[in-house]
Amino acid sequence: MQTMTSFLPASIVLVSFIGSVFVFFTKKNENLREAWTFITAAINIVLLFKMAKWVLAGNTFTYHIAEVLPGLPLFFKVDGFGMLFAFVAGSLWVVTSLYSIGYMRPLKEHAQTRYFACFALAISATMGVAFSGNVLTMYLFYEILSLSTYPLVTHHQDAEARGGGRKYLTFLLTTSIGFALPAMIITYLNTGTLTFSNAGIFTQAIDPTLLIVLLLLFIFGFAKSGMMPFHVWLPGAMVVPTPVSALLHAVAVVKVGVFCVLRILTGVFGIDLLSSTPLSTIVCVIASITVIVSSLIALTQDNLKRRLAFSTVGQLSYIVLGAGIATSFGVVGSMTHIAMHAFGKITLFFCAGAIFVATGKKYISQMVGIGKQMPVTMIAFLIGSMSVIGLPLTGGIISKWYMVLGAMDSGRLWILIIYLISSLLNAAYFFPIVYNAFFCKEEDSQFPNKIKEAPLAALLPPVITAIGTVILFIYPELFLNFAKIAVGVSK
Amino acid sequence: MIEQAPALIVVIPLISALFITIIGLYQPRVSWLLTIITFALSSIFAFICLKQVVTVGPISYVFGNWPAPFGIEYAIDHLNALIVLMICVVAFLVAIYSKHDIIKELGDKIPHFYSLFTLLVTGLLGITLTGDAFNLYVLLEISALTSYALLALSGGRAYIATFNYLIMGTIGACFYLLGVGYLLINTGSLNMADISVILSSNTYSYTVLVAFLFIMIGMWTKMALFPLHSWLPNAYTYAPTSTSCLLAPLMTKVSVYVMLRMMTSVFNYDYIFNVLQWQHIIVALAVIAILAGSVLALRQDNLKRMLTYLIVAEIGYMVGGAWLGNANGFTGASYHIIADGFMTLCLFLAIGCIIYKVGDASLSSMKGIFTKMPITMVGFLIGAFSMIGIPPTCGFFSKWYLISGAYEASAWAFLVALLISSLVNAVLFFRIIEVGYFQALPSEEPNHHHPKITRDEAPLTMLIPLLTTAGLLIGIGLYTADIVTYLIHPFIKNFL
Amino acid sequence: MEFIINYYNYIIVVIIMMLGLWGMLALSNLVKKLISMAIFQTGIILFYISMGAKKGASIPIIKQAYDEHHHPIHQTINNMDYANPLTQILMLTAIVVGVATLGLGLALTQRVYSEHKSLHEDEILETLS
Repeated sequence: MQTMTSFLPASIVLVSFIGSVFVFFTKKNENLREAWTFITAAINIVLLFKMAKWVLAGNTFTYHIAEVLPGLPLFFKVDGFGMLFAFVAGSLWVVTSLYSIGYMRPLKEHAQTRYFACFALAISATMGVAFSGNVLTMYLFYEILSLSTYPLVTHHQDAEARGGGRKYLTFLLTTSIGFALPAMIITYLNTGTLTFSNAGIFTQAIDPTLLIVLLLLFIFGFAKSGMMPFHVWLPGAMVVPTPVSALLHAVAVVKVGVFCVLRILTGVFGIDLLSSTPLSTIVCVIASITVIVSSLIALTQDNLKRRLAFSTVGQLSYIVLGAGIATSFGVVGSMTHIAMHAFGKITLFFCAGAIFVATGKKYISQMVGIGKQMPVTMIAFLIGSMSVIGLPLTGGIISKWYMVLGAMDSGRLWILIIYLISSLLNAAYFFPIVYNAFFCKEEDSQFPNKIKEAPLAALLPPVITAIGTVILFIYPELFLNFAKIAVGVSK
Repeated sequence: MIEQAPALIVVIPLISALFITIIGLYQPRVSWLLTIITFALSSIFAFICLKQVVTVGPISYVFGNWPAPFGIEYAIDHLNALIVLMICVVAFLVAIYSKHDIIKELGDKIPHFYSLFTLLVTGLLGITLTGDAFNLYVLLEISALTSYALLALSGGRAYIATFNYLIMGTIGACFYLLGVGYLLINTGSLNMADISVILSSNTYSYTVLVAFLFIMIGMWTKMALFPLHSWLPNAYTYAPTSTSCLLAPLMTKVSVYVMLRMMTSVFNYDYIFNVLQWQHIIVALAVIAILAGSVLALRQDNLKRMLTYLIVAEIGYMVGGAWLGNANGFTGASYHIIADGFMTLCLFLAIGCIIYKVGDASLSSMKGIFTKMPITMVGFLIGAFSMIGIPPTCGFFSKWYLISGAYEASAWAFLVALLISSLVNAVLFFRIIEVGYFQALPSEEPNHHHPKITRDEAPLTMLIPLLTTAGLLIGIGLYTADIVTYLIHPFIKNFL
Repeated sequence: MEFIINYYNYIIVVIIMMLGLWGMLALSNLVKKLISMAIFQTGIILFYISMGAKKGASIPIIKQAYDEHHHPIHQTINNMDYANPLTQILMLTAIVVGVATLGLGLALTQRVYSEHKSLHEDEILETLS
């Protein structure tokens, strides 16, 4: 276990930031503008691979940005979990950018420059969150992400977007300022540090009631994780263009939310403290309720994107639940699930977008028989939903497997039952879509005329991510090892 | 030259005010340049003083070589060295900024404006530096008198608003003077350090209590602490843009500093918090000020007016922080003087740019402002983020200390009020951003094709100060640790 | 009763000041407000002067005595023979400030009158709305 001071983590954050500036100043030339996105994304991936080896050997990178408060600096510290998340965000950014081009250009969306610039900025902030070494740094990038995604959420600039954007910021800012900020300050005053450590930072004896209050403030404070009842912004933000939904719901925003919650649970409270106190149960109960309720709501949604959104709410709580179990396997599972779910869910959103680009349809009831017209898209959709449900041949089962192992370790059978029920519910809201798409009677089909698949740039990304999901089943070590390093489980 | 720096900070603008008037009569445009040079020099000397205070320790400068209890002393410690630098920098930036605005708004009164401007800042600098209680009163009135004149320059509704301010300001100053009178009866001295020594060796009598009460009420009137705030919104709203840009960040903040100074260097900190024990009442007042300011701000349609109510709320921050009675609260209050000074400046400068180009500052005039004035809006956004408390702007860090202080003092109402006020600020500013960002909705303007908005920015002399201030907000935020460790904590160590 | 006799000067000062303060806040005519302001400030000046005054003391100017050869005589100075000069000096400054404020206030009143054609606060408020 070595620590190296290195500019690398900061450079990854900076590269995306500079990328967004370049995008902004090359608005005249569309191709050049998009080239910047891909160049920065490629540099990011290269830098990430450079760091990966060192981190996989069990070491960490640190970089001290500035000492903003006495004894409380802004600094980066890259460990396995941060690398895992950075890889997810970095690799999916490339795919999403490709998809954005395929989606935005045919629809002739306005203000594409602002869109791509804010997108790069959001990725920069996401990387910042991933590499944060303490709660303050994380909070900083968390807020930057909230603000930089606002122009994306309100991209259409119409009344609907205004409503969605209002809800988005209201929930995110209220919770982060109202809950997370005081929780952070109170934690600092009680412990004198905010630096993440696997052993937790509450080393001295502390009032248990205060601990519970802090836990609740933190969990609900990072509302990007969509814990009920602060999930409202998530379906509300569905008015955005589909690539943004993909970004919001699969890569950056919600994943940053659960990443923060996981970091707080493992790095601030620590697994030992959680499991030795009632805190673990509290987290599990809150997460379980969200898992079940959101899955039930998802069943009733006819708008495909809204159904996916509620599915996201449920899956995020899965991740929190995994960490809430407070066993090594549970945490490994939930960390890995961030990656697995990201690949699965982004496939689903890409497919929903591809359907919209090709047919202009948003509602599930209008998609009966679509499978015969757009087979590639719908097969990708099938693979994505399998991964979210957690079926073999897709990556989703690996992470779920670890979470179930964790639940058994902790000896809480009711959590197993929650996992079982929710998997069934997942299947119940995904499979009918696929079934109706392929196996409907000729006269029920909504597609009497022949239609074509979406353009290649919109079709390729879901195929890539669907293949990615399958690869993650065969080589889960890609992300699993990072998670194991982070938790300290031997490979 | 260097050892004269404390005096030069104040003397340079004082003398140049005279020259600005004389030269300005013949060459009105030169007065702008003279003002800028004046405050550039003052800033340099203020910086020299700051550096010296950090390396050597507090400076005592006696005028005319009369030793301290008899002559007038300028006492520069860690905190007021910082505040003096802030005043000089703000004055410098506003001076640059005012060039085009004054020509447009005041026309032939350019030299008058600049000489009053310079005199006003002289007064403020003197208030901050002086170690003599009566001298402070005189300087308070100098800055007040010049500010009345500056506020009334734009005419129209400004006259009656300024008149009300004059009445309230005079009451405030007179109360302060009364308080100093009682101190004089009790101690026979006017030098703050001397008074402090004499007071701490005596038992505290009713005379001291009355003196403290009068001084506090006087200062609260001057700083517009709710419910003594009624003069402020009107006075600042109807004033010329450059005047409100100068007054809004400085006047109230300097009064807050005087309050801190009185609490720490004149009256004994122990006396205030352990003998008097008013802190719960004052913090409650601060809570009311924060909430009332925020609610009143929500009701405004004019942006300038909205900002004036935000000042009222921010005063609550500082008064509450200072009266929490612990190091974190006091650090928050002191740091917030600097942070709020620049935050207010940034927002007023941005609104000023908008008024300069659009003509008024109502919410509806903000339509399409992001397309029209993107650079101005960048400055505005950073100022707004600082008000809301988004890191790494300095507004976040002052909130950090204030919340820490509130938690340590178990002042839950104050803690919640701080959070609510942040959220109200978020609502306020995003309301503006929404109007500016979303184009006119189709339902509002049926069958009407709104004209294409073209870019039309304010001149560079206005944009550069704005962007500098915005940069300073982030810069101060990133250097919070240094400011707190080297300037505010050494100051606090004297009494806590 | 004894209290009143001992402190009658302060009591009068307080009455004067309260009259002025009441006038500034309660009267609605702008000129009357300014007159009240002057009264208030006068009260404060009296307060300072009376705090420095001593029974039987003269103005604080020390007369130098000389012997027949015009050499200055060393004389002991009794504090109680002279009023406290400090308060008087301070009030000289305060008077100047007060005059300046009053002048500015009157100038403003003039402008208010030409703007609103009234000196009555309520009437001015009506013209504003």
